[in-house]
Amino acid sequence: MPEINLVEAVNQALAYEMEHDPSVMALGEDIGVNGGVFRATLGLRERFGQDRVLDTPLSEVLIGAMSIGLSTMKIRPVAEIQFSGFLYSNLDNIINHASRMRNRTQGRLSCPMVIRSPSGGGIHAPEHHSESPEAMFAHVPGIRVVIPSSPLRAYGLLLAAIRDPDPVIFLEPTRLYRLFKQEVPDNGKAELLDVCLTIREGTDVTLVSWGAMMNEVQIAAETLSTEGIEAEVIDVATIKPLDMETILKSVAKTGRCVIVHEAPRCAGFGAEIAANLAEHGLLTLFAPVCRVTGYDAVMPLAKLEKSYIPSVEKIIKAVRKTVQFA
Amino acid sequence: MSTIAEFKIPYSQFLDHKGEVVQPLPEFAQDSKILIPLYRAMVEKRTFDSKAIALQRTGRMGTYASSLGQEAVGVGIGAAMKADDVLVPSYREYGAQFWRGVKMREVLLYWSGDERSNNYECQKTDLPICVTIGAHAGHAVGVAYALKLRNKNQAAVCTIGDGATSKGDFYEAINAAGVWKLPLVYVVSNNKFAISIRYEQQTAAQTIAQKAIAAGFSGEQIDGNDVIAVRQAVDQALQKARRGDGPTLIEAMTYRLSDHTTADDASRYRTQEELSQHWVFEPISRLRKYLTELKVWGKNEEDALIKECAAKVQREVDEYLNTPPQDPSGMFDHLYETLPSAFEDQREELRKKGRVHA
Repeated sequence: MPEINLVEAVNQALAYEMEHDPSVMALGEDIGVNGGVFRATLGLRERFGQDRVLDTPLSEVLIGAMSIGLSTMKIRPVAEIQFSGFLYSNLDNIINHASRMRNRTQGRLSCPMVIRSPSGGGIHAPEHHSESPEAMFAHVPGIRVVIPSSPLRAYGLLLAAIRDPDPVIFLEPTRLYRLFKQEVPDNGKAELLDVCLTIREGTDVTLVSWGAMMNEVQIAAETLSTEGIEAEVIDVATIKPLDMETILKSVAKTGRCVIVHEAPRCAGFGAEIAANLAEHGLLTLFAPVCRVTGYDAVMPLAKLEKSYIPSVEKIIKAVRKTVQFA
Repeated sequence: MSTIAEFKIPYSQFLDHKGEVVQPLPEFAQDSKILIPLYRAMVEKRTFDSKAIALQRTGRMGTYASSLGQEAVGVGIGAAMKADDVLVPSYREYGAQFWRGVKMREVLLYWSGDERSNNYECQKTDLPICVTIGAHAGHAVGVAYALKLRNKNQAAVCTIGDGATSKGDFYEAINAAGVWKLPLVYVVSNNKFAISIRYEQQTAAQTIAQKAIAAGFSGEQIDGNDVIAVRQAVDQALQKARRGDGPTLIEAMTYRLSDHTTADDASRYRTQEELSQHWVFEPISRLRKYLTELKVWGKNEEDALIKECAAKVQREVDEYLNTPPQDPSGMFDHLYETLPSAFEDQREELRKKGRVHA
């Protein structure tokens, strides 16, 4: 089986679901003839036609809004917002309508829709192309927030997102799009939503992260292992709803927790995990919960983005400090 | 210099404010059996309206948006649509919603602050009203696209107000509707006010209808207080939509005779004199005059109708007031199709609380 990268895995999941469920359609800017700016929808228009792989006008608000209308009519739209910073104009539709339609109509209408968007920095893109907005969406009741960290999980999680009866914000780590390849069987098997994945078992510290940072976190874990520190690594993957149980169980075992995310620290999603640990796991902790995050600064343009994104060294230092805490 | 584009915005009215026919009536309007139900629906809606305000004023309902004076728009839309078309409404188009099976008690329950109201007993497909102004113009694009994709010969009608046409949502929506030639009819109730902001403060455009031209489809203006004009225009636009000839924008010229909502006091920005002048043009009396002249309507019919409407509204009010309260934990019942276990403890907390209160 040939190995594929994360963006190809997204493509494979979309193709699989469009093939097997005629109610699924894709829409977005440049997703048709051009196959998407990252080529996530490459070849889909040829296979499924221009009506189901819809090039929209340059209208992000419309993309979100019409996905709501489509999904209330039992079409399952998978919308692409070209870059994460362009999601913000859609907050009204996501927060006020997509997330609420089921509750507003007490189940009469619902919005089973997916909004896919690249997220995070590290590819030298222009302004507004490198945002990490997961915590903003996690704050919204009624939606799911999913971030894959490998081709395999991108395939399974996207299938799960499309099949889910509720709206899902699916953030694809741009930095991982072409970073590595894996064998991804095209078997239509969806991953479970609402569960954290334990990627590596360990006894000394729990390392919690998601999305692109999983790459640095896994490198850090391997390096730390050579020093005799065995980290348990958890990929949160489904940010909302948060599977706190898996994290609490792990921390009960290790007694220490370092949370790593690229987004700014203030009210970042790490704060939610830390607060939960304080509420429900305080007595299992041997050291303060530590957060390694992006800065509370504007995501810099390309030249400084490396200084912004937490490095492997920074994660290693934080883990050492946490493990050495008396 | 040569001219590269020209456009015209037609205006239509059949029955003027004195109840006089100003141009040959469309076929349906030559049949009083069709006109009388339109008249009855408008009177019924107005009866409902004053009762709803009374409920709010006496503390038995929350803020309510009246549609006094705008009865013809909603009723005309409702009468023109087929049952399997889809309505994507703004508030104030109760006339259309009632025609399409939404119950009065559901509207009252909505304004009392209860989501269960939007789970309409008889109307399963129409969207609920959209409170964020104009966002639903884009939802309607999705609805119409779905109808087109399924090729079922259905169409969608989206109602918005004049204020909504200032929003980007509206422009993005009509633009896309034009590109895809969607089976979609936008009806703008131009009631001259967005709370206190007047038409002239919303736009420098001579008409709202002409905004459709920029989106590549036709726009027209009608007397929105003439229910015949509304029904005819919406009917024609729906036929066009079903033929695959794309969207239409209808600007229905009307006037908000009420406050914006019960929380508003229009006397802060509108004189009594102006209000009185506009009462002359309201939609109900002109049709009554016309029907009376046709000798198909008289004092007996009118008296009976008023009694009938009052009784129906009262029945609905009673049903509304007798609605059992919702358990507080209900706020989690339809948050997701199946509540994720992460939120189960919060629902349980509310359940326990509910039991304590009971």
